[in-house]
Amino acid sequence: MYKVIKREQIVPNIHLLVIQSDIIYKNALAGEFVVVRADEQGERIPLNLVDWNKDSASLVFMEVGTSTRKLASLEAGDEVATLAGPLGKPTERVSEKKIVCIGGCYGIGALYPVIRMFKENKNHVVTMVEARSAFLLYWQERLSRYSDEFYEITRDGTKGFKGHISDFLVDYLKKNSVDLLYVQGCTYLTYLASETTRPLGVKTIVGLNPIMVDATGMCGVCRVIVGGEIKFGCVDGPEFDGHQVDWENLIARRKTYINAEIYSLSFYECERYG
Amino acid sequence: MAKIVPKKTPMREQPPKERAKNYDEVPYGYNQQEATQEALRCLQCKKPTCIQGCPVEIDIPGFIKFIAEGNFRAAIDRLKEKNVLPAVCGRVCPQEDQCEKLCVLSKKYEPVAIGRLERFAADWERGQGEFLIPKIPQSTEKKVAIIGAGPGGLTVAGDLVMLGHGVTIFEALHRPGGVLVYGIPEFRLPKAIVYREVDYLLQCGVKLVLDFIVGKTATIDQLLKEYDALYIGTGAGLPWFMNIPGENLNGVYSANEYLTRSNLMKAYLFPEYDTPIVRGKNVAVIGGGNVAMDCARTALRLGAHEVHIVYRRSLKEMPARIEEIHHAEEEGIIFDILTLPVKYIGDEKDWVKEMECIRMKLGEPDASGRRRPVPIEGSNFITPVDTVVCAIGQSPNPLIPQTTPGLKIGKWGNIEVDPKTGKTSKKGCWAGGDVVRGGATVILAMGDGRVAARSMHEYLTTGVW
Repeated sequence: MYKVIKREQIVPNIHLLVIQSDIIYKNALAGEFVVVRADEQGERIPLNLVDWNKDSASLVFMEVGTSTRKLASLEAGDEVATLAGPLGKPTERVSEKKIVCIGGCYGIGALYPVIRMFKENKNHVVTMVEARSAFLLYWQERLSRYSDEFYEITRDGTKGFKGHISDFLVDYLKKNSVDLLYVQGCTYLTYLASETTRPLGVKTIVGLNPIMVDATGMCGVCRVIVGGEIKFGCVDGPEFDGHQVDWENLIARRKTYINAEIYSLSFYECERYG
Repeated sequence: MAKIVPKKTPMREQPPKERAKNYDEVPYGYNQQEATQEALRCLQCKKPTCIQGCPVEIDIPGFIKFIAEGNFRAAIDRLKEKNVLPAVCGRVCPQEDQCEKLCVLSKKYEPVAIGRLERFAADWERGQGEFLIPKIPQSTEKKVAIIGAGPGGLTVAGDLVMLGHGVTIFEALHRPGGVLVYGIPEFRLPKAIVYREVDYLLQCGVKLVLDFIVGKTATIDQLLKEYDALYIGTGAGLPWFMNIPGENLNGVYSANEYLTRSNLMKAYLFPEYDTPIVRGKNVAVIGGGNVAMDCARTALRLGAHEVHIVYRRSLKEMPARIEEIHHAEEEGIIFDILTLPVKYIGDEKDWVKEMECIRMKLGEPDASGRRRPVPIEGSNFITPVDTVVCAIGQSPNPLIPQTTPGLKIGKWGNIEVDPKTGKTSKKGCWAGGDVVRGGATVILAMGDGRVAARSMHEYLTTGVW
């Protein structure tokens, strides 16, 4: 069992979870993830590693189904059944490039270690965070510390640019020469960003979040078609070239258990709250 | 001498119709009277050939003699001298190809049911409650790391802890047992039995670290700074697919995923357990090995109306144990032999709905000595399916090979070793089981572990690589 040091809701439905660990920090690199299992009955789910030190590993997640509902109800002093990692391939190190980094939803948290690494490697970091409304944006101060340029985009215009990230991005890419685009967030955001840059020919790396079980390359549920080949999200990824990903297949596979997930959550709620 | 009884004492089983709906173990095991009766069939050969068939060299006539005399404590002690997992091996070893194949009786009659007797002795001990912990020798102050808590790693751990070495097992998953826990279903090997055998090792002083992925959480080189010797038994954790159209549709599983969901994650108990699994009504399992049988019988227990084993050769070439094929047939699994899937067809939501297959015929023998399956042109047909499980094999997990400089890797991604010692190309590192062999068996992994443990002990005591 692994002790929870802290769990807080950062913005509605998005949580920070800090779990005690004295080993994950040793090999952790930006872009990697961990597997968490809330309790003995729990699923193994992959969550982005957003920060680490000699005592703990920090994760940001969105509350959406049973597993994340369980995690969202944890308090300091509680325990989780599994914490394993770091896993996946780290973000490719580059230097002296101009990189646009886009984060949405839980991906805003996931961006943090990556832009920090990009900045430390002497890149020009342009950070764009997007949300439906201003109250869903978070960690602006933390992210802007490692950003040369920092932009906020909200669909309702309550903060920064009003509209869709794709509109803002196209406009930015027309005015600026960019070497690399890096995207963290839900499948729709990563897909949208990849489709936006495809005609412009800007290399786009996306952090994907396919369904996983063991997350060590053993089961193959996280397979993603990249450049026509089967790749495993857990060991070959989770970051891939967004222009090579078969998005239709990925989106369909993400929905495999949607009915079971709804059933599971209502079962859990009934058990817990009657 | 008493007259030889030509047939094995039968083992009672759950009736097929009943068991196809539950996860309880299928064979009940011998009771004391049945075990004694079967043990008396053993001729107690002066030069026993059966032992040559056992990868871990169990004194087979020795433990059987004790059973025949009713001294079950002595029988299990004799077994445990050579085998740390008797309750597991008594259930899942392919005895018909090993010890029982070489039993002198088998020339004219059925061999002695060595596997069933092994299981009996182990289960008898379990029934006694506490197990006896042997005296552990004084510590050698040497530290050994074992990567993977599967059957091979557990064997090495058992052998080395009994020689006084400090043993730590690192396991990537949240439960020890490896394939015994994620792969083999409850109805064939109850998990409580595996955990009990692991618990025995822990009580002997073995340390177990779960949720630790060697190659990521720490590399082999990092571990070598802390440990004097290291054994890699990480298994064959990379599933193969056929690379045919539609393999990424929803409802198409690798055997590893299907079994891991059901066994390790207990998806058969969903929603009490959170991990879901598709409960298909019309399931096709591709392949003809033991893993395919496990998948097919799991599908049945998950509520399938029809489960087909789709295999490209004939029943004769099927690599699964006869007992497993027999159990599957009894439960109503349909065998579509000489059939090869060529394409999966999806519905508008990308769920598999049909499978296109081609009929095969047998040609000349191939490298494996089995007759090569050849497609019959124009014999394609389409059949409805809602779940497909691809059980065509797996290769070694790449995490350690990718992150360990100096470790010689073969063309299938397997770690290369000296078969006499289990030594890899890297000083201080041994390997065995499926990470070396590709997909093999539990007992061969244990045999490899035994060989490596012997060599590791020699290195730890002499310092000579």
